[in-house]
Amino acid sequence: MSNAVSALQGASYVGGIAEIRELGLRGMITLRGDLADKKLIKAVKGIAGTMPDARRIAMNDKAGAAWMSSDELLLMVDHADAPSTIEALNSALKGTHFLAANVSDARAVFEVSGPSAREVMAKLAPVDFAPDAFTQGMFRRSRLAQVPAALWMSREDAFTVVCFRSVGEYMFDLLSVAAQGGSEVGAY
Amino acid sequence: MLILDCPCCGVSGEETEFHAGGEAHLKRHSVGSTDDQFEEYLFMRENPRGVHFERWRHNNGCGKWFHAARCTQTLEVFGTYSAQTYEPPKEIKDAISAKRPGWSWRNFS
Ligand SMILES: [Zn+2]
Repeated sequence: MSNAVSALQGASYVGGIAEIRELGLRGMITLRGDLADKKLIKAVKGIAGTMPDARRIAMNDKAGAAWMSSDELLLMVDHADAPSTIEALNSALKGTHFLAANVSDARAVFEVSGPSAREVMAKLAPVDFAPDAFTQGMFRRSRLAQVPAALWMSREDAFTVVCFRSVGEYMFDLLSVAAQGGSEVGAY
Repeated sequence: MLILDCPCCGVSGEETEFHAGGEAHLKRHSVGSTDDQFEEYLFMRENPRGVHFERWRHNNGCGKWFHAARCTQTLEVFGTYSAQTYEPPKEIKDAISAKRPGWSWRNFS
């Protein structure tokens, strides 16, 4: 087995108005199907604990489930657990119309943290990041500058950003520039 | 700048989060159609100043297609609705009538 590494192998940018960190490998599974299906809901609860509502994310210490669209979820587990999770889904959902695909190595994951994290995000995405408009538990797919991304607040003053691995370096550079020292806007 | 409400995922986003997909409610004349019908399908498009119907895709979002009714002059969006329909639903037509009495577009009014 080859040695799996993440896109930027944990690169970080510190000293700006927010810290940018590549979070390394994460197991990610695209699950498509009927999100109202009882078997599917049970299987998702078995992995992530909770079935996320529309435009929201359910996370516990080990795993998470994010609502990608009306027929798609993104399941997050430890990188090493992705293949066995897919096997579990395949047997739990046998006979229903669904798709479970391991996309772990097709993605890059970043964290933007610090008191100005909202501002860094707001510079790049056409999303309302005002503290009362974007809150923990919300999950948003949008774009950051020129590339698609999915994002949520992992804790107060910290955002997690997921993008395609092929644009991982672009994303890191983008976030780093938006977080440059002295670039506070003071909007929030 | 257009602000569109995606009827598929419920996100309200500005137009760079979406991709325009051309005129709505075209009939795809194909095998068995006349040359005139095929020409109509391939080339003939409305280009109104005012009420217009378009297809849009939430490409930087849920990825789904939907329909939008808007004004090409003011960029006002009258409403968005499902892609799985051959004509605008009544509530969209009513919303347009409230703002643009007497409007018409192709066979719709
Ligand atoms: Zn959408």
